Amino acid sequence: MSAWIRLLRSSLGLKYLMAGSGLVLVGFVCGHLVGNLQFFLPPPVINRYAHFLQSNPELLWGVRLILLVLVGVHIGTALRLWALNRAARPQPYASPATAYGSTLASRTMLLSGLMVAAFVLYHLLHYTVKVESLNGTPLAFHQLREPATGHADVFAMMVAGFRVWPVSLFYAVGIALLCLHLSHGVAAMFQSLGLRNPVYAPLIQRLARLLAVVLLVGYLSIPAAVLLGRGQNYLRRVVEHTAAALAPTPANPPAAH
Amino acid sequence: MKVKLKVWRQKNAATPGRFETYDTPELNPNMSFLEMLDVVNEDLTTRGLEPIAFDHDCREGICGTCSLVINGKPHGPHRGVATCQTYLRSFRDGDTILVEPFRARPFPVIKDLIVNRKALDRIMQAGGFISVRTGSAPEANSLPVPKEAADLAMDAAACIGCGACVAACKNASAMLFVAAKVSHLGLLPQGQPERYRRVVAMVEQMDREGFGACTVTGSCEAVCPKSISLDFIARMNRDYAVALFKGVGARPGRAAAVPA
Repeated sequence: MSAWIRLLRSSLGLKYLMAGSGLVLVGFVCGHLVGNLQFFLPPPVINRYAHFLQSNPELLWGVRLILLVLVGVHIGTALRLWALNRAARPQPYASPATAYGSTLASRTMLLSGLMVAAFVLYHLLHYTVKVESLNGTPLAFHQLREPATGHADVFAMMVAGFRVWPVSLFYAVGIALLCLHLSHGVAAMFQSLGLRNPVYAPLIQRLARLLAVVLLVGYLSIPAAVLLGRGQNYLRRVVEHTAAALAPTPANPPAAH
Repeated sequence: MKVKLKVWRQKNAATPGRFETYDTPELNPNMSFLEMLDVVNEDLTTRGLEPIAFDHDCREGICGTCSLVINGKPHGPHRGVATCQTYLRSFRDGDTILVEPFRARPFPVIKDLIVNRKALDRIMQAGGFISVRTGSAPEANSLPVPKEAADLAMDAAACIGCGACVAACKNASAMLFVAAKVSHLGLLPQGQPERYRRVVAMVEQMDREGFGACTVTGSCEAVCPKSISLDFIARMNRDYAVALFKGVGARPGRAAAVPA
């Protein structure tokens, strides 16, 4: 048997795939947060960053494809392991499930993972594909344009999206599940790859929890800031500017149907 | 004291089992759990009933023969002890105690509370050995072993192979057992020649037996009567990865020597 077949067939090989794909996906989650935190700088900064990404489709789609493949590997492997694990105990215990030494996060990885996947799908439809019916607001995201440049206004879109409180609440639940998943997943990743020994095992556990808390606070700071009023005036200006640009004027007549 | 026992009774692997409830005779709180079962069986025998079959041997916590899942936990309520060293003083007078066999597909029930744990033996046969001439013990100082390595190898070698890790794991994974055996030999100079071949052979036998994979919940470590550390699983994962990079494969001859 070659090393590749072993990687795909042995239980340890499957765990390497989980850990390896998870590692890159965690890297994306961290990078995405850093990008998003530009929300706390003046609006042109994050808009310029978004325009940079949008105007490099080779880079953008390259990364998107890699992430998509890794998400597929991560979920596919998880389901295969789940099937193997279920088959290993056909008869359950009569006594209620006990949690000796295990955390809630570690026992619910598949559930939290699938819920995060559903959330990511919603999140993509909301802010990337911009399915306007998911907004919960009459503002059309794809019409929001930065007054100075005419590029897509991501800052205004974030404000318009998160000021709808049910959207923010749903987002918070998704992020909380992601962080629960990572509080165990990041530590388990080191374990699965064998990168753990008695000296730094406690450090890894703390690092995983710290990372989960940092991500939770970081991601939730954005909807929290919006709900506390950040960017409302800016959004009003963008909406007025957009309305003026779209309004039928003698110089800009509506398209004939 | 007296307790009520709710025990799994099963005639053999082919017959479906069920729980039966028994009121015990008067018990001494300082009896071990197995001694309590002896007393109950004496009572059942005098009443003309089939005694409860359960595994036991040394009764001093070193052989790994006793098993039982007591109130949902392998080896009973305490940490770091086997069923044979669990005493009735850990329960209250009048308690109902639920006693089940270890549950896992590779551990079929033989009778009542006895399960067949030969799957663990087959994993040992696949690679849990070193190929050296036996005979008189060599001079101890001829093969230097660092103290740290000797201590760690001893911690791993403390595994008595009872299978409680499998019983406790939500995935019925035998990783802690296999990791302990792989590490125990892999940490010592005598185990080096076969180190990577061993980890591949043992992990693959483990997979063939139908044990689950590790989700790193840590339940195995928590119920292990010898408190084997989860760190050994990381060590096994590392050795297996290195073996893959080295392109180590189980020798066909060796794999074929393993009885099915």
